[in-house]
Amino acid sequence: MTARRLDTGGRIDRTRQIDFRWDGKTLTGFAGDTLASALMANGESVLGRSFKYHRPRGIMSAGVEESGAIVTVGEGARREPNVKATMQELYEGLSASGQNAWPNVRFDLGAVNGLFSRFFAAGFYYKTFMGLPPFEWGHGTGLWMQYEKLIRKAAGMGTASREADPDTYDHAHGFCDLLVVGSGPAGLNAALTAAKAGRDVLLVEQDFELGGVYLNDPEAEQQRLDLVEAVRAAGVRIMTRTTAFGLYDDGTAGLLEKVTDHLSRPDPHLPRQRFWTVRAGATVLATGALERSIAFDNNDRPGVMTAASAQAYLNRFGVQPGERIVIATNNDSVYGTAAELAQAGAEVTVADYRREPSSETPTGVTVRTGMAPLSAIGKSGLQGIELAREAGTSWQKAERLDCDLLLVSGGWSPVVNLSSHRGAKPVWDAKEACFLPGETSEPIFHAGSSAGIWTREACEASGIAAAKKAMGQAADTLAPGGWTTPITPLYEVRLPNRQSKAFVDFQHDVTGDDVRLAQQEGFVSVEHLKRYTTLGMATDQGKMGNVIGLALMAEALGKDIPDVGTTRFRPPYTPVAISALSGRNVARHFKPLRRTPLHDWNLRYGATMTEAGLWHRPWYFARQGETIAEAYVREAATVRETVGICDVSSLGKIAVQGPDAAEFLNRVYTNGFAKLPVGKARYGIMLRDDGMVMDDGTTWRLGETEFLTTTTTAQAGKVMVWFDELLQTRWPDLKVHVSSVSDQWAGVSIAGPKSRETIAACLETGEDISNEALPFMGVARVRLKGGIDALIARISFSGERAYELYVPAASGEAMMDLLWPTAEALGGCLYGMEALGTLRIEKGHVTGVELDGRVTIDDAGLGKMASTKKPFIGSALRQRPELLREDRPQLVGIFPKDRSQRFNGGSILCRPGDPEGFGDGWITAVTHSPALGHWIGLGYIAGGVDAWQGTAVLANDPTRSGDVEVEIVSPHMVDPQGVRMHG
Amino acid sequence: MIRINCPFCGTRDHSEFSYGGDGSIDYPALDATKEAWHDAVFMRDNICGVQLETWHHVHGCRMWLKIERDTLTHEIHSVRPAHPGLAAALSSEQEAGQ
Ligand SMILES: [Zn+2]
Repeated sequence: MTARRLDTGGRIDRTRQIDFRWDGKTLTGFAGDTLASALMANGESVLGRSFKYHRPRGIMSAGVEESGAIVTVGEGARREPNVKATMQELYEGLSASGQNAWPNVRFDLGAVNGLFSRFFAAGFYYKTFMGLPPFEWGHGTGLWMQYEKLIRKAAGMGTASREADPDTYDHAHGFCDLLVVGSGPAGLNAALTAAKAGRDVLLVEQDFELGGVYLNDPEAEQQRLDLVEAVRAAGVRIMTRTTAFGLYDDGTAGLLEKVTDHLSRPDPHLPRQRFWTVRAGATVLATGALERSIAFDNNDRPGVMTAASAQAYLNRFGVQPGERIVIATNNDSVYGTAAELAQAGAEVTVADYRREPSSETPTGVTVRTGMAPLSAIGKSGLQGIELAREAGTSWQKAERLDCDLLLVSGGWSPVVNLSSHRGAKPVWDAKEACFLPGETSEPIFHAGSSAGIWTREACEASGIAAAKKAMGQAADTLAPGGWTTPITPLYEVRLPNRQSKAFVDFQHDVTGDDVRLAQQEGFVSVEHLKRYTTLGMATDQGKMGNVIGLALMAEALGKDIPDVGTTRFRPPYTPVAISALSGRNVARHFKPLRRTPLHDWNLRYGATMTEAGLWHRPWYFARQGETIAEAYVREAATVRETVGICDVSSLGKIAVQGPDAAEFLNRVYTNGFAKLPVGKARYGIMLRDDGMVMDDGTTWRLGETEFLTTTTTAQAGKVMVWFDELLQTRWPDLKVHVSSVSDQWAGVSIAGPKSRETIAACLETGEDISNEALPFMGVARVRLKGGIDALIARISFSGERAYELYVPAASGEAMMDLLWPTAEALGGCLYGMEALGTLRIEKGHVTGVELDGRVTIDDAGLGKMASTKKPFIGSALRQRPELLREDRPQLVGIFPKDRSQRFNGGSILCRPGDPEGFGDGWITAVTHSPALGHWIGLGYIAGGVDAWQGTAVLANDPTRSGDVEVEIVSPHMVDPQGVRMHG
Repeated sequence: MIRINCPFCGTRDHSEFSYGGDGSIDYPALDATKEAWHDAVFMRDNICGVQLETWHHVHGCRMWLKIERDTLTHEIHSVRPAHPGLAAALSSEQEAGQ
């Protein structure tokens, strides 16, 4: 290919020169160029190497269907592989390079793969490695993985940057009456028609200019300008550089707007891309048609490209793409292009497969009829084309024409992808030799060449008609077609018994032979063919070659194309970066962060925070020079000796109110709540329908018809949803209202022998909270100094005398300012999650790690809490035989046999010498117990404590500590009688 | 994105809702046999076509809804409050409005 920039013509701005880098060289283009047109103008013809065989590849098109000029753009963290050079706008400083080649695309050592091409045929991975020893029957997986690495390196598709993406991406939302996709003759007319009728119209165009095929036709420029002006004046909202990549339910469309990909120094406040979710009342698809190739030997050589793209390079980008040009066609669409190329000075020959093509031969163009391309000659630079002539049912070599550019038109494929996303099955039209959009009951209307309409006037009319239909008005449907002489289908040209490399999927290196091989091996369904050969599964989704693959499959099966069918297109139409999908939901914004009302107070008093679900909670309060281990052991010991204060505001809190509130709780919890007296709290467990434990917590009866239910921090949302569901769907007759009040209260646990003394000193009027006035599980309303109303409940998670004190969230810090100096003076401490964990493990109290959804109330050792006097949610299904087995894993305590040793959470519990399979149990939590002076743990083991008396058990942790011998003990490891808690 | 016309909030994206489950189940009484509960909890039809489902407008009004949805096409045929009293009140209000 000997392309050169013309001195005049095209839409490029020759006064605005742009320097860019290609494979380390500095080249020059103009504003209005794509990377592809600029590279072509600079005479660069080999732009990449192919996926499997490392064959040299060049520009094959001028648009979204590009399968050859797939390059890497950007450097460092902004390096992006697999960019279509035909879609990348040129900007000052753009840096791009070829892919899949070492050391470069012109001299590539990997091209040796081509010599072994039979190894890369369809199904190569599976056949070569998976089915043979040592890989059969699942053996040799490790070896397979080694091979696969090498193969993947030899075959490739560029590499992404391993650095974090430095750009930002936005999610945006939109609504419109009518979404018009595509701004060619059909799209512009559709948008104009609907907007003039008062509709809110959104027009999206993937190109950076509006106009579609008008852009390649200088004579239509005034018409284009007038239309665009009218569309703007009618109030159409226009988005360029925006691709509608998918259509979804109920008129939802996914759009990707490339905001700064064309700018050399983007405003740092702009996102790189916006991911739009648009809800449209109706959609007009004016998405055009793509010219497809023909399968013949070496049809992938640089210098072979679609006929229409030559028109784009000539008329839009001012590049004469070749000097001696052969155009191989089977349809009318190339003749205008042939005339324009000849007029620009090229020597043009049309080889028309049809024996009687269009009547008029353009001036300066030679037409050879009954000829089809057989084999392209030349490797990196095209030298000629061997033509063939049909002889009976076979082909016969005819003649060789010298050329530096071969343009191919094998027909046109309407872009039916978006309606196919909605399940509208494309329908084969034998006369036009293409798939037309299928029927859909949704308000989606195809217009223009996406409906198989080939003439410009008819496309314009079909745009108007589609808009009318979208508005519910009557309009005629325009028939597909429009060529003077019909197309004669032509998919492949080959001589019998001659080896050839005729590609049907250029990006994935799938040949006609691969398709036939797959058929021979029994892959007769088109969906299987696709997966076995990977036809159409590359980033271009096989836009230039899918139809050829289907036609060859049909031929091999002795069927017609409609009987073979087509695969369903899937979003995205063109690739969407993962960053655009994630938008701003990255790093610190990946998930919401919840802070308790005491968050700032905790930080001021030296808390080190940890994450507990979405919450940030104090982990420990280290004193000068303390490690975490020293801090939590001190904190836990202080609680048992004097007093400690811990922020428990994150616990879920649900106000359950109404005449039937007691009855409701009685049905939800396994234990009785109907008779709970006012002024009392009760610990409760709730099950799921299937009999497994859902959550636990305390419920306080504040009045006859008023309860405050607490849940675990992790399950607060789930329990609230569950209460809503039960009341609205199952028990609508219950007069109960539930509301989440988790964020309304600040809560602390005050635990330890001096907890009562601490609180008493903070009360305003010396209210009585003695053991008699406020016994274990008592609840009262009190007032703290400064007039802070509070709820107090005598509840213990730590096993010590303890209270939970709740005040309105805004008074949280004031409460702490009262409590903390008092506790500190008594020798107390602030404590965090780590010490909280120690205290509860010592007592054998369960949390989310023990109640993991696979556990029954009996497994957790809480079977006594299941009432036998009343039914409750889960009471029926907890009686399933499997759940009553004696040897189910049950909650136990764990000591190291040698008390100086430690072991890890997550270890498997097993018999000595038998660390195989799932073992007999597992460890859920461990801590160093200050009360006992050694490491302890909680876990589950088959049969529970009784089954393991006097039996040796190993805690097996092969990746960390190895084996530690342990003893299975009761989970109530400290103060099993609860003397301290009740005192 | 399915669009659901919540009787309380209007038409919203399905991402505001969470799917509940089979809306046709008549849960047995709490003291019913474990066999009855087994059938209600585990024995579900895998319907290809219109299915009655419960959905929760969890990021909206937090009301539970009963929705008839075609599992093949995602087309939604009806939406009503799951609470029968609310459903009755809404429909009598609509009749009065007409
Ligand atoms: Zn709602």
